[in-house]
Amino acid sequence: MGKAILVQGLRKRYGDVMAVDGISFEVQEGEIFGMVGPNGAGKTTTIECIEGLRRPDEGRIEVLGLDPQRDGYSLRERIGVQLQEAALPPRLKVAGAMDLFASFYPHPMDWHSLLEMFGLTEKAKAPFDQLSGGQKQRLFIALALVNNPDLLFLDELTTGLDPQARRAMWNLVRSIREQGKTVFLTTHYMDEAERLCDRVATIDHGQIVALDTPEALIRSLEAERRVVFEVDGPLDEERLQAVPGVIRVERAGERAVVYGEGDRLLSICGSRSRPFSPSSMRR
Amino acid sequence: MLILFGSIYGNEPTPLFGGRGMVDVSVPAYMGLIIVTVGLMSVPIQTASSREAGVLRRYQATPLRPMAYLIANVAGNYGMALLGILLLLLVGKVGYNVQFDGNVPSVLGGGTLGTLAFFALGYLVASLAPTARIAQTVGMVLAFPMMFLSGATIPLETMPESVRNVSRFIPLTHVVTLLQGLWFGEGWGEHLTEIIVLVGTLGIGTAVAARLFRWE
Repeated sequence: MGKAILVQGLRKRYGDVMAVDGISFEVQEGEIFGMVGPNGAGKTTTIECIEGLRRPDEGRIEVLGLDPQRDGYSLRERIGVQLQEAALPPRLKVAGAMDLFASFYPHPMDWHSLLEMFGLTEKAKAPFDQLSGGQKQRLFIALALVNNPDLLFLDELTTGLDPQARRAMWNLVRSIREQGKTVFLTTHYMDEAERLCDRVATIDHGQIVALDTPEALIRSLEAERRVVFEVDGPLDEERLQAVPGVIRVERAGERAVVYGEGDRLLSICGSRSRPFSPSSMRR
Repeated sequence: MLILFGSIYGNEPTPLFGGRGMVDVSVPAYMGLIIVTVGLMSVPIQTASSREAGVLRRYQATPLRPMAYLIANVAGNYGMALLGILLLLLVGKVGYNVQFDGNVPSVLGGGTLGTLAFFALGYLVASLAPTARIAQTVGMVLAFPMMFLSGATIPLETMPESVRNVSRFIPLTHVVTLLQGLWFGEGWGEHLTEIIVLVGTLGIGTAVAARLFRWE
């Protein structure tokens, strides 16, 4: 399977702020790739550089084998873009918007089926400014799919949606991937990334902090566990410290806290439960 | 446009302007008023607020060329201006049996030149203004003095010499003068100054606006 996106050493500065500070990654065809991070971490700048909407200061970007700056127009015929912030003319009707955007592409899809897929058929005659937040969001995703793109960008797809609408949106994204499309999405919800993505890049202060499958990322977050218990009388801290897997031991009055490596710590507690009986276990 | 008709009805008494009635002189002048309204108020507000709301960004994410967007936008606004002018002519003809000595293609051509020149100024304002609110303010600040000092609302013949000297530097004056001339059957050759000013405005305005045009 080929590469859908290649990013090497991407940098983008706004004034004094380094929005993206040396990011590199690859996205394979057919995967759902997520970028997670707090607001202002550089997610949107990264995605917009890849879409060709922003010019990077430094770095190499290749999308579907094209340079987003040089081959912007031919690239944009093959990608679908849902922007974090966008609008349509307030009086433009849903059907009119689909028609208009279909006219921008040489081989558009039949947009009626898209409206059906996104539950907007009944709203076809409604003007844009009378749609609810969720309906607007669904319309923008439908518009992003009108050219039957190979690669779909979703920037903060479920921000501002209620839990039910979010779940429905996740199912839609999965069904889009099942059609063989690659999906690149950003989110600040870890649970969204966990449920949707094949691989996740965690980004903060313009840099990738971690890049792995969601399962592996969550495992690594849980790398350090601690066991808290109460002790009557003396505690042989040195003996505890010497146990493999234990990082350190703290004692405050009757309370003792043992920090250790993930699952190994639990097994220690299990096997040596007689001298130490944990009163509570926390992550 | 309703304001326009109101002021037309208010102009019922017809003192003579070189043997013509007030309304006869006013109808071509009001065409200038429509042109400045659409060009300096509708165009900048529409463009800047589309940009502010993120409509233009959404277009930018498609293969749509900026030129295609601009042409479609100009065509839409041109249609608006033309509709306004046709209504004005209808009211002039039906209401006042206005005197017309020119030929239709010629007046239409002059109107188009003036309209496009003012659209270029409008897009220029939209490109320079950081927000829709500022675009609106700048558009109005430019439009209102032009309306009153160009002969579009108050005939220049009634103004003192000093005002008429100022008005020579206002682009709208040239639209109004050209349209009135063509309306009363004068040839294009008699209005070379107006044509040069308007073609220049159109050319420079378009070039600068195209260079400064922003999707976001």
